[in-house]
Amino acid sequence: MSFKPIANTRSATGVMTAKLAIWWLLASEIVIFGGLLAAYIMHRIGHPEWANYATHTNTMLGTLNTFILLTSSLTAVLAHHAAEQGDGPKAARFLYMTVGGAVGFLMVKSFEWSNEIAHGYTITANTFWSFYYTAAGIHGAHVIVGAICMLWVASTARKNEELHRVENVGLYWHFVDLVWIFLFPLLYIAK
Amino acid sequence: MSEQAAAAEHADSHGDHGHGDHHGPDFYYKTYAVLLVLLVVSVLGPEVGEATGIQAITLITAFGIAVVKAGLVIRNFMHLHVEKRFVHYFLITSLAFMFLFFFAVAPDVMNHEGTRWVNEAAIAEIERAEAEHAAGGGHHGEHGGDHGGDHGGDHGEGGGHH
Repeated sequence: MSFKPIANTRSATGVMTAKLAIWWLLASEIVIFGGLLAAYIMHRIGHPEWANYATHTNTMLGTLNTFILLTSSLTAVLAHHAAEQGDGPKAARFLYMTVGGAVGFLMVKSFEWSNEIAHGYTITANTFWSFYYTAAGIHGAHVIVGAICMLWVASTARKNEELHRVENVGLYWHFVDLVWIFLFPLLYIAK
Repeated sequence: MSEQAAAAEHADSHGDHGHGDHHGPDFYYKTYAVLLVLLVVSVLGPEVGEATGIQAITLITAFGIAVVKAGLVIRNFMHLHVEKRFVHYFLITSLAFMFLFFFAVAPDVMNHEGTRWVNEAAIAEIERAEAEHAAGGGHHGEHGGDHGGDHGGDHGEGGGHH
């Protein structure tokens, strides 16, 4: 006899409780990332000299990472679609691809940061770089957490168990992609 | 749990909406293709803006397209449009608090002087950084200078307002 958590089975609102919890989590993340990005924007406008610092970020690598995250969002939604069709193993395969995107993103990021740190652009160099490492670092932490969660969800999905989790972890991953969509022009494009 | 039971359970979990009935892989691939085209435009647009000196091109292609890309992800990948209305309400509430924070704080951060106050540290830091840039100063100079300047700037938010 297996035990099923109430969050998986109860729905007092019309939205499954587990998915509702993810939406609440994302609402709180909006305030976290939104506050950080808002603080960056107002400082950037108030400090025209930051445009000179921003010229040292690597647009090519930022573009590559945007491509990777957009692709991983595609595989995440395809995993969701497969789960809706009741095909757990296929959903798991798409989730593993998404995790591959997360690993690729982190590899590019680590290469990029190593290069920047080697050139003296560290988190203590000035307030621009402090924002840069803080925003991208918190985002990177979310990528790591998302990858771990997807591995866990894939391990159950491939056995055709708890398929609703595929959509939930996908929602989180799309949000991670959304944050990067705004970080990219702010840190890499607007010179 | 059997495969059929798992599929049935998952189908139930989407009982509040039915996006699975409407969207197939082709729809997601098309959305992805549009997102990639927008990515290319958002990278090339600011280059055109810089070359022509028209800042509006940079703003529209960098930030306007970011909003469009975000909208596509929210609608076509996250399926927010088919969620219950109250989900929209609490997401909008979070956004409203974010904008409240921005508009409440921005006047003091984006300006360095106002009625009966001047943020001298911030003004000095801008002048120092611009002078260093004009002199072709390298980034190494930023360390020492910015440590002093930024610390002064940070304290200046409180102590620098006269």
